[in-house]
Amino acid sequence: MALLFSLEGAIGQGILWGIMALGVYITFRLLDFADLTVDGSFATGAAVSAALIMMGVNPYVTVFVALLSGFAAGAVTGFFNTVCKIPPILAGILSQIGLYSINLMIMGKSNIPLLNSGTMFSNLTDVLPNLGWITPNYLSVICIGVLFVILVIALSYWFFGTELGASIRATGNNANMVRANGVSTNMTTMVALMLSNGLIAMSGALVCQQQGYADVKMGIGAIVMALASIVIGETIFGRKGGYLRRLISIVVGSILYRIIVSVVLQLGLNPDNLKLFTALLVAIALSIPVLLEHSSQKSAYKKLTEAVESVEEKF
Amino acid sequence: MLKISHVSKTFNKGTVNEKKALNDLNLTIEDGDFITVIGGNGAGKSTLLNLIAGVYPPDCGHIVLNQREIALLPEHKRAKFIGRVFQDPLMGTAADMEIAENLSFAARRGQRRTLKWGSTKQEHEKFKKQLAELGLGLEDRLTSKVGLLSGGQRQALTLLMASLQKPELLLLDEHTAALDPLTAKIVLDLTQKIVEADHLTTVMITHNMNDAIRMGNRLIMLYNGKIIYDVRGAAKKALTVEDLHKKFTEAAGTEFSDDRAVLI
Repeated sequence: MALLFSLEGAIGQGILWGIMALGVYITFRLLDFADLTVDGSFATGAAVSAALIMMGVNPYVTVFVALLSGFAAGAVTGFFNTVCKIPPILAGILSQIGLYSINLMIMGKSNIPLLNSGTMFSNLTDVLPNLGWITPNYLSVICIGVLFVILVIALSYWFFGTELGASIRATGNNANMVRANGVSTNMTTMVALMLSNGLIAMSGALVCQQQGYADVKMGIGAIVMALASIVIGETIFGRKGGYLRRLISIVVGSILYRIIVSVVLQLGLNPDNLKLFTALLVAIALSIPVLLEHSSQKSAYKKLTEAVESVEEKF
Repeated sequence: MLKISHVSKTFNKGTVNEKKALNDLNLTIEDGDFITVIGGNGAGKSTLLNLIAGVYPPDCGHIVLNQREIALLPEHKRAKFIGRVFQDPLMGTAADMEIAENLSFAARRGQRRTLKWGSTKQEHEKFKKQLAELGLGLEDRLTSKVGLLSGGQRQALTLLMASLQKPELLLLDEHTAALDPLTAKIVLDLTQKIVEADHLTTVMITHNMNDAIRMGNRLIMLYNGKIIYDVRGAAKKALTVEDLHKKFTEAAGTEFSDDRAVLI
């Protein structure tokens, strides 16, 4: 029973964190830019949302403002990379570290509890009926999460089919070809980083409202969780297929990741070791396809060579 | 008309690797010219094309394309007037995108990218006809990823992409060097066809002297960052590979004796 409850929680969490993974996907796979701003911008979204809720702003409005704060965070990394020509990883790290202080400034302290303030989730929980098989608390997370995920996937699907979106995809493929066709890769990099971090900050705002507090450290390791979601989704659905399928696979990957985490915690994993577990999970998920490819190549070689030799002997 | 005057470019200035790639180069390309460029490794051929395309700025001098000074214009802004095909067949296309998406992307060269749909049904019909003219069977594979194509197919596709929006200048940087002889011939014939159909002003680098003589109306030879031979019309048609070899040795010979003079 406890496991079942934790599963319900895991699904809701997976959906909310899945939005972050969708954001990371834009830079990691589409733009081919290893953006480490994530850990900072996720907490920025949470900080902005929590600080605004404490000021009495409507929780839904705070999510929108968090999105804008993510745009700004991405723009800073974009500025470092495109104007200052700082390499992608370093540009992201600089933003991430700088954002830590900015997040503290926004919050005024390292932790803002929202237990006595209405959030999107607590407001909805109050009006939802108890269905018995799921508590209103979990149901509210899934309802709001699904609403946002559908919105994000639909907009993302549309955007990356437009001329501007196609330019971003092409930049991740071949920046040279993009410039040769009259599009500034500085512009595409900037737009992609802004959109990506906007989604990440939005996810931060949702997670903060759902868990009932914002913490300056809540973004640590977010990038690895996003990668876990992306590679789990890719391992299950494959890297082929349409763009819509890829987006859905990421959210499913995020949900599966949360389920795996809740199961191993139920099985007695010390929560302190969770980050180590996640890192190993990503490393394994990334290496399995490579190892499988290698071993299948080897066995195919053996088989074919034996076949050739056996033919030779007959003559 | 493209007018290049007093253009120089030095790489790694002030280091032991300093390399004077172009040295006070002057060149006027008339509208409708099809120039083949030959020269040894390090003669400055690619540097010349890259300077025209804006991959990097010249150290000094003017590059004027149809009354517009473009010497310092960023690469993506010049792309509005200039079509390019690269030596590496992978460099002109986006591998993870469909053939149709690549063509649509190139069809908008020089235009603002908006939130309109990136690749439309009407375009696809047009692309089908244009791909059929290539004769490579690509017209039935509009939704295939470009990464699945061979080097020759990708190069032919890049050539078509470069000419979708009629460019004021077409730059071909040894675009058949990485292809096998048969595919190279197909791509060269295609080049001839496209250039003639649209009367494109073209600059083509090649290492193949036969191609350099056979194609185009004008030939220039680069040596050590300078134009050492510029021939056009009937005189060019009358050239033989031997003539070009002789020119090469002559140029190298004078340079060699110059060096010796310095050493003594």
